[in-house]
Amino acid sequence: MLLTLTGIEKTYPTSEGPLRVLAGVDLTLAAGQSLALTGESGSGKSTLLHLVAGLDRPDAGAIWLEGQDITQLDEPQLAALRRGRVGLVFQQFNLIPSLNIVDNLAFQARLAGRHDPVWQAELAGALGLSALLRRYPEELSGGQQQRVAIGRVLAARPRLVLADEPTGNLDETTADAVMGLMLRLVAQTGAGLLMVTHSPRLARRLDGRLHLAGGRVA
Amino acid sequence: MARAAFGALISHWLRHPLQLAMLLLGLSLATALWSGVQAINAEARASYAEAAAVLGQNRLTRIEAAAGEPISQEVFVALRRAGWPVSPVLEGSLRLGEARLRLIGIEPLTLPAPARQVDLAAGEDLAGFLRPPGLIFTSAETAARIGAGAADLPPLRRADLPPGLALTDIGVAQRLLGQPGALSHLLLDPAVPAPDPARLPPGLVLIAPEPEGDLARLTNSFHLNLTAFGLLAFAVGLFIVHSAIGLAFEQRRGVFRTLRALGLPLRALTGLLLAELLGLALIAGLVGLALGYGIAAALLPDVAATLRGLYGAEVAGSLRLRPGWALAGLGMALAGALISAGQSLWRLWNLPILAPARPREWARATGRGLRRQAVAGVGLWGAAVALWALGSGLWAGLGVLAGLLLGAAFLLPVLLAALTAGLARGARGVLGQWFWADTRQQLPGLSLALMALLLALAANIGVGTMVASFRVTFTGWLDQRLVSELYITTRDPAEAQAVQGWLAPQVSAILPIWSVEATLAGQRGRIFGVADHATYRDHWPLLAASPGVWDRVAAGEGVLVNEQLARRARLGLGAALALPGGGALPVVGVYSDYGNPEAQAMLGDAALAARVPAAPRLRFALRLNPAQAPALAAALTERFALPPEAILDQAAVKAFSLRVFERTFAVTAALNALTLGVAGLALFASLTTLAGMRLPQLAPLWAMGLRLRHLATLEAVRALALAAFVVLAAVPLGVALAWVLLAVVNVAAFGWRLPMQVFPVDWLKMAGLAGLAALAAAALPVLRLARSAPADLVKVFSNER
Repeated sequence: MLLTLTGIEKTYPTSEGPLRVLAGVDLTLAAGQSLALTGESGSGKSTLLHLVAGLDRPDAGAIWLEGQDITQLDEPQLAALRRGRVGLVFQQFNLIPSLNIVDNLAFQARLAGRHDPVWQAELAGALGLSALLRRYPEELSGGQQQRVAIGRVLAARPRLVLADEPTGNLDETTADAVMGLMLRLVAQTGAGLLMVTHSPRLARRLDGRLHLAGGRVA
Repeated sequence: MARAAFGALISHWLRHPLQLAMLLLGLSLATALWSGVQAINAEARASYAEAAAVLGQNRLTRIEAAAGEPISQEVFVALRRAGWPVSPVLEGSLRLGEARLRLIGIEPLTLPAPARQVDLAAGEDLAGFLRPPGLIFTSAETAARIGAGAADLPPLRRADLPPGLALTDIGVAQRLLGQPGALSHLLLDPAVPAPDPARLPPGLVLIAPEPEGDLARLTNSFHLNLTAFGLLAFAVGLFIVHSAIGLAFEQRRGVFRTLRALGLPLRALTGLLLAELLGLALIAGLVGLALGYGIAAALLPDVAATLRGLYGAEVAGSLRLRPGWALAGLGMALAGALISAGQSLWRLWNLPILAPARPREWARATGRGLRRQAVAGVGLWGAAVALWALGSGLWAGLGVLAGLLLGAAFLLPVLLAALTAGLARGARGVLGQWFWADTRQQLPGLSLALMALLLALAANIGVGTMVASFRVTFTGWLDQRLVSELYITTRDPAEAQAVQGWLAPQVSAILPIWSVEATLAGQRGRIFGVADHATYRDHWPLLAASPGVWDRVAAGEGVLVNEQLARRARLGLGAALALPGGGALPVVGVYSDYGNPEAQAMLGDAALAARVPAAPRLRFALRLNPAQAPALAAALTERFALPPEAILDQAAVKAFSLRVFERTFAVTAALNALTLGVAGLALFASLTTLAGMRLPQLAPLWAMGLRLRHLATLEAVRALALAAFVVLAAVPLGVALAWVLLAVVNVAAFGWRLPMQVFPVDWLKMAGLAGLAALAAAALPVLRLARSAPADLVKVFSNER
């Protein structure tokens, strides 16, 4: 199994007292499989994704990635995990504004020490970015920027792709096109995909779906 | 509605207290440095006005000898008998140890009413004044400075007189100055009709009153220099203000849009922002005035010492709050705030109501303006070069400085943008590439602070180079000029003769230091008579000399002039200089005379004695085996009961001269340090405000696997790298600045030119200081970043929705 979560709990302190966001979540994901995380706002979807990415730590439970409990890793090991094994696609794209598109595409792969110019060129072609490589992020539309963000993650060939509402900022037609591309390319790399979405329509396009409510799998 | 809108606008400052603090601090410091300098200038000018008004000289006509030599007492008596309503005055400089006193002797019974500085109507004072040993009137401050040197003086009385001035009976003054029977000039009583000016005896001239006074004219350039430094410091402070206001405007773009969408007219919105700005400027201005008063009070003693050393001008050591500079300081604070906010207000005025509230738009706009900045920078440099080639005088020199500095400041961001773009292209690693590309991206937000740092560093390097060049030249010059082992001042001619007779068999040479005040090429100055001796031939620092210069001086066929006189009166070798006693002599040499405010000339001692028989002959320099000097000094003191200050050895004179020198530049050094501090603060303000925007930019990198500690280190390295680039730019700019200061400004201001020398070790120290300033400025944002909790970074992604 690529990813296994058992009994994940997370509580945040707030001005109105502790807020329990996750109250014992279990989940499994195999390599090459895609899973949609759905739920109301505040149901804990993004929190769960951040915990899997090693951006935050759960209060209880274990997260096994390729047989390793990442909750036991220290900060440098978590950074190495994010660099090498996990790829994150954000809703706001989070491209690096000071680098042009070709350098943005190569960025994470070079950080991970796995830069493959041939694979990158293939990805750029598949994502329809070949003509835009010398431009800067601010010169691209939202759909184009999200395609770059997906390309950046896939260029590094991560074992697990995590996507947080990747099409939340795009119109329906563009969202469908971007989604199709992402699913096809993730499948091509053999990575697992865990995606947070509000859209039941998009969720249906993935292999599986997990609905969160009140901090638990509904 | 206006009240609600105003509340919404100022709520920004409550949420961004650091930004508010930076705005107020920047404007307060800018105002403080400017008004501090102006307070010093105002105090000095008030002292000059007081000095000019002494004895009503700014209102009374006087009679002088045409060549400026002393007038004999017989001339005064003859003029009185011929019906001229004149009163005699003897003015001279009295040295009391290290203190120098401007001693004025008057004759109270004939003194015109406007010249009565001290009330002598009370019989007791008048009698005491006229009867031996006489009285000396002086201010409390001067009396305190005379201190132990007052042992041989008549009793001191307190009077409301300018500092450094003492008033006494003419007979007492003649005795103390060693000029029996001599008078400097005669005051004409305007209340009594005088004979026709045409009947004035030959050799005498009528001098009209001078409302401004010599000192004010002579020191104008010094005060202009100080004002230029104050203005530079003010400009550096405004960089902080501009940065803070620009950021606050941009962060409130959303609020502006909302307020306008809710029906607030653009004019009302602009008015509210102006009111907010002027309110803040008023608060900062008042704080700045208080700080400026403190700075001025701290620096005034050094300025007073400088003015005394350079110009012989006496300035009161205590500061008064004068409405002139206080109001001007407030005005500068308000004007500075408006100038800093001008661009932001203009953008607001032209902002479409539906313009997107994009943060960092201002930075991008600044980036777009790079080309315009480059053109402006090159244009300013061109203007500076044109002014250097075509202009002359102090204003032209300051214009060259302004063009040079502002041009460089404008060009700095252009240069840095090109440099970082090149480094990003050339970087091998992915992080190096990101680092330089990201640094380029940060430049618009940092460029104002970097420009301020460049100006402050260049000013420090420039002024430091000037002062260090001066120190090296001055020390060498002192070694050349102060060769004699002992310097003796006797109290009267009889004692002088006795001392000489006693010394003759014990020393290898007795060199007279005789001098007399005189008018030289229209300027007040002093003529020295020197002996024909190897001490002068081998050591005197001549800048230019005719062949056989010392033979001609000794033969009374030529005169030496100091550099100040040569430059001011344009006296080259061979030019004729009119001298007391009639006729003129050719200039056969020009010597350097650093630190002396006066015009000076040197004649052979015999020639001086022939031309001015009344010249006091009280001072000598002695040549002897240096090892015997202390014993001889002790023996002299014992034999003739000379006071300690009457015998100075070479080391004491050198130490005193160097002390005067160090104080001379204490003010510029202090202003420089303060300006560098303000620039460091500007960098801190920029980095801190940018840090607030950095988290969303850095969080994705962290999410991609870069450690926070690594990112924080890179942020610190960025601050250091930028400071290093600025230092690299500041060094040539500072050297150019030093050259302009030495070759143009100082020559116009002080009358002498110094050879420029460079001091790379000082540059390294400055680079270290700039690095420390950059690290200190970056420390808080970097530490905050390094200590950020993962939850804070995750919020960046959570807040996206």
